[in-house]
Amino acid sequence: MPDLYFGAGDEATEAEKDAVAEALADYGPVVVRETERLVHAGRSRTRERRHLLLPALHALQRSAGWISPGGLDHVCGELEVPPAEAYGVATFYHLFTHDPPAADNTVHVCDDVACRLVGAVALIDDLRVEGYHVKASPCLGQCERGPAVLVQRTGRPDLTVTAVDDGPVTTSEVAVAISSESSTPSVSLAQTGSGDLRLLTRVGVVDPTSLDDYRAHGGFRALEEALRMGGDRVIAEVTASGLSGRGGAAFPTGVKWRGVADQEGRPRHLVCNADESEPGTFKDRVVMEGDPYSLVEAMTIAGTAIGAEQGWLYIRGEYPVAIGRLRHAIDEAYAEGLLGDDVAGSGIRFDLTLRSGAGAYICGEETALFNSLEGYRGEPRNKPPFPTTHGLFGEPTAINNVETLVNVPPIVLMGGEAYAAVGTKQSPGTKLFCLSGRVKRPGTYEVEFGATLRDLVDLAGGLIAGSEVRAVMLGGAAGSFVGPESMDLPLTLEATRAAGVSLGSGVVMVFDQHDDMVDTVRRIAEFFRDESCGQCVPCRVGTVRQEEVLVRLRRGADIEDERELLDDLAAVMRDASICGLGQTASGAIRSALDLGLLVSSGDSQGDRS
Amino acid sequence: MSTMVEITLDGESARVPEGSTILDACRRKGIDTPTLCWAENLTPVNVCRVCVVEVEGSRVLVPSCSRNVEEGMVVATDTERVRTSRRMVYELLASSVEMDRATPEVLAWMDHYGARPDRMGDRSEIVTQAQPVKVQDDLYVRDYERCILCYKCVEACGDDAQHTYAIATAGRGFDAHISTEHDVSLPDSACVYCGNCIGVCPTGALMFKTEHDMRDAGTWDESKQSVTTTVCSFCGVGCNLELHVQDERIVKVTSPADHSVTNGHLCIKGRFGWQHAHA
Repeated sequence: MPDLYFGAGDEATEAEKDAVAEALADYGPVVVRETERLVHAGRSRTRERRHLLLPALHALQRSAGWISPGGLDHVCGELEVPPAEAYGVATFYHLFTHDPPAADNTVHVCDDVACRLVGAVALIDDLRVEGYHVKASPCLGQCERGPAVLVQRTGRPDLTVTAVDDGPVTTSEVAVAISSESSTPSVSLAQTGSGDLRLLTRVGVVDPTSLDDYRAHGGFRALEEALRMGGDRVIAEVTASGLSGRGGAAFPTGVKWRGVADQEGRPRHLVCNADESEPGTFKDRVVMEGDPYSLVEAMTIAGTAIGAEQGWLYIRGEYPVAIGRLRHAIDEAYAEGLLGDDVAGSGIRFDLTLRSGAGAYICGEETALFNSLEGYRGEPRNKPPFPTTHGLFGEPTAINNVETLVNVPPIVLMGGEAYAAVGTKQSPGTKLFCLSGRVKRPGTYEVEFGATLRDLVDLAGGLIAGSEVRAVMLGGAAGSFVGPESMDLPLTLEATRAAGVSLGSGVVMVFDQHDDMVDTVRRIAEFFRDESCGQCVPCRVGTVRQEEVLVRLRRGADIEDERELLDDLAAVMRDASICGLGQTASGAIRSALDLGLLVSSGDSQGDRS
Repeated sequence: MSTMVEITLDGESARVPEGSTILDACRRKGIDTPTLCWAENLTPVNVCRVCVVEVEGSRVLVPSCSRNVEEGMVVATDTERVRTSRRMVYELLASSVEMDRATPEVLAWMDHYGARPDRMGDRSEIVTQAQPVKVQDDLYVRDYERCILCYKCVEACGDDAQHTYAIATAGRGFDAHISTEHDVSLPDSACVYCGNCIGVCPTGALMFKTEHDMRDAGTWDESKQSVTTTVCSFCGVGCNLELHVQDERIVKVTSPADHSVTNGHLCIKGRFGWQHAHA
C-alpha cells in the first residue's frame, strides 16, 4: 500500500466515525472469510479492504448529509485508500454530495421521459416554491406511479414517496412522508391472482417480510430440489429451458453458467445485477419489493450450481424499499440456515452480500458494476477478457439480471423442457414488460414471448381517452422508438431483431399525438450526457455534442443542417466507445429521426398533468 | 524464442510474436498509427480511442493499443469507419480543449484526418473545458483547459511509476477531471513533485512553470533549444537526464522513456533540482 498522506488535517466527527465503524462492522464476517481465502490465492487487489469503500461512503453521506473532507480522510485511513482516489470514487455518484448540506432533506424528483409526461416539472417547481431542496433526477424506476420522488434524509433512512390517491404526488404528501419513519408503498399488479403467472405469481399475494409466508407459497422448494439434483443437472435444465439474459443483452444463461462452473479450482462469484436504471424500467423493483425471497432463493440456486461460494446482490441506491426488504430476507435466510457455511444442510457454502449503488446508470454495465463493487470508479473495462473468466476481483463471475434469476426456480421445479413449452422456439418462456406513458393502467406485466405491442397495451387497459399512438419507446433510452405501424410486432427476440429494434429491458413507453417528442428525445440525450462515465472520448464528448444538437433543434434549428453531424456523432459513439452506454447512446435518437419525430414538435403540450 | 501468430494486416499477411498488441504489429509493419493515451512506459488505459482499427468479426472497432493479436485475426487500419472514428475523436477533443500546445504528432494527425472541430458549433455556444490555469507553486502549472483526460498523469502518479496517488479522476462524464482530494492545492496533497505527470502529458496541460511563463511571454522557441544528455548527480541510481537549454539556461528536464533506469520517470531532484546551475 502507498504511504497515505492526509494534508489538510480535517477531522471526522464522532458521529461520522461511529457510522463508518457500524457500516464496516456489518460486513465483518464476510471480509474476514474472504481475506483468508484470497490471501491464499495471492490476489493483492482483494486483500485490501477497498471493496468496503462504497458502504463506508454511504455511511458518511447518511450520517452527515455529505462526504466531508474529515470523514473521507477517516475512511481512507480505515481502508488504506489514497484520499485522491476515494474522492474520485465519491464524486462518481449522484447520491453523494461534496458540500455541506443545504437542508436536512434532499428531494429527488424524477423528470425523466415517463415522469415528465405526468407533471414532474410542475412538482419540482411547487416543491421549490415551498422551500424544499430539490434535485431533478434521472429515471427513479417508479414510472407506473410517477412523478417519482425519493427523499434522502440526513441521519435517517431514505424513502420513496408515492401518491395516496390516483394522480401525481403532491407537496403535502412529500411533507408527510419526510416526517414518517419509513415508506412502505404497496406493490400493486393488474395481473395479481392470474393463474398464468410464473414470475409474478407471489407479488401482491405473499407477505414480502415473512420467510414463513414465502414457504407457505411454495418458496424454497426449488432450492431443495436443486441441491438434490446437483449443479450440473441444474445447469443442464437451465440450458434446456433456453433462458436468456433479461437485462437487455439476451445472452444464453446456461452457456454463461457452464463457462463459470468449468473454471474449477478458482474462487468464483455470482453477481445479481439489480442496478435497474434504464429509463422506463421498473420490473426488477416490483419483483424485489413484492417477492424478495424469490431472488434470494434464485441466487442461492445459481451460486451453488456454478460453484460460487460468494454471491453479491448489487442494487441501485434509489430503491430503499427493495433494499430494506432484501436485507431482511437475507438475514432471515441466514438465520434459517439457508445461506452460509451449510446451505440447507447440503454441506455447500454460499454467502450472500447486498451492496447498494449510489446513483450511476453506468454501474448497470457489468464490468462497471464490478469496479463499483471493488471500490473503484464505475468505469467499464475493456472486453475481452469477459466476466466468465475475469470478472469480479479478476475471478470467474456469472452476472445475471434479477428477472433472469427469478426464472430459475420455476425452471428447476418444472424442468427445462416444460419451461420452454410456452413462448416461441427462439424466445421460450415469459417476459416482464414495463408499461408506462399514455396507457390506462401503467405497470409491470408478465406475458408469454410472442405477445404483440397491441396485446400489451390492451392488457394495460388500452390508451387513455383521446390518445392515439404517435410512438412507442421500446427497450428504454438505449433502445429505440417505433411508430403506430409496429403495434402488431410480436415481442420476441427474433422478431424485434429482424425489425432492427431491441426488447432491451422490457420498456414499453407509449407517447401520443400531443406529446412533445423533440423534448422527449432531448431528455434522452441529456440522460446519456449525465450518465456517461467520462472515460472514453467518443461518449464523454459525443453525448454532450449530441445533446447540443437536440437543444438547437428544440429551438427551431433545421434538422437538415444538423443531420451530417448527428450521423458522425452516432458513428463514432457506436463504433469507438468502450461500452454499451456510448454504443447505444444515439440509437433512440436515430430511430426518432427515421420516424420523422424530430421534424415538428407536435403541439408541444409536453407537461400535461 | 516466442511463438509467432499469423494475422492479416491491411490485406497482407504478417507474422508477429504472440502477446503483441495490434499496435505493436502495425508498427512492425510500418503502419503509422495515432495514439494519445498510449505511452511505451505506461499501462494502456485505452480511453482516447484514436488508435481504433477494424477487426473482422467484431461488431465495434477495437483499440489497437490494448488488444492482443490472435491467430488468423484480420485487421484493417484505414477503412472509412476507422477514418471517421479517428477524425471524430480529434474533432470532439479539439472542440472542447485547447490543442495548440499538443505535440507536433498530434497536430499532424488532426491535419491528416481532416479534423474540423469548428463544425461542432460556435465556441461561445457549446460546452468546453475553458477554465483558469492553476498555478500553486514555482515548479509546475496545471492548465486543465488543455486536458484531454488521457489518464497518463494519473497512471504516472500511481501504479505505473511513482506510487504516490496524489491525483485521480474525479467527477463524471464531461465533468470528469483530474483532481486531488476535494481539490486541495498540490502542496497540501500527497504530491512529491517528481514531475512525472508533466513528463507524460501529451497536450501541454501539465507544464514546467519555466516553459509556461516563457510561452506566455512569447519567448519559448524550441528551434533555439539544445538537448544535453547527462547523468543525474544527486544520488547513485544513475538516472539519465535530458537538459533542454535555451539562451544558456535550462528550461526543462526530461528523461528518455526507453532508459532502463528511469523508463522516463524522475524524482523532484532530477526533474527540478537544477536552479543552482543558474545561481
